[in-house]
Amino acid sequence: MSPRAAWRLETLGFTRVYDYVAGKTDWSAAGLPLEGSTASISKAADAIRGSDVTCSLDETLEVVQARVESAGTSACIVTTDDGIVLGRIRGRALQGDPDTTAEQAMSAGPSTIRPDTELAEVVEYYGEAGIKSVLVSDQDGRLIGTVYIEDARKILNSS
Amino acid sequence: MPISIDRHEVQRLVEQGSAQLVEVLPPAEFEEAHLPGAINISLKELNRESTGVLNKDAPVIVY
Repeated sequence: MSPRAAWRLETLGFTRVYDYVAGKTDWSAAGLPLEGSTASISKAADAIRGSDVTCSLDETLEVVQARVESAGTSACIVTTDDGIVLGRIRGRALQGDPDTTAEQAMSAGPSTIRPDTELAEVVEYYGEAGIKSVLVSDQDGRLIGTVYIEDARKILNSS
Repeated sequence: MPISIDRHEVQRLVEQGSAQLVEVLPPAEFEEAHLPGAINISLKELNRESTGVLNKDAPVIVY
């Protein structure tokens, strides 16, 4: 619709017309704010903790372990330089041989959700499965943060 | 010719202060959710009269 609207505006004499082709689905999926009757529904973006430890594929577990310990977290997200999620290292994998690379230690392709996913759905799906946290990325696969199910439940209970 | 832009460009134009955001979807969809500050002129209603509220000299972003 927007391309036709853009052209129609030009026929009406508008000279500075821009077409945001990807639209509000793209906007919402990037976790950007919206107004309207559904804007008050709690979304994953409302529960994100932005304190993830990240590392690159070629970093050693020795470096990763130190970084995770310093941050007081329990996992490291492996990303590209642009922040695209490639994998995750946690649990037993974090305790491996310090000379192992992140690429060797990681679990590849962890599940991610979009920031505009309704929080109630996140709790229902992941909470019911006993999963404690889930990564949030934008539609390009770029890491935004982590939602912990306990945080999500608190937000839903308070709203 | 209209220029296709991504959300980063939308944010940049909006931050500059003069951009006019227009959602061209039907009113019910606009009412559910729309970009902050957007107005609704659905494609079916897009005409000389309805666009009279817009400033012709300022950027207009449709989505």
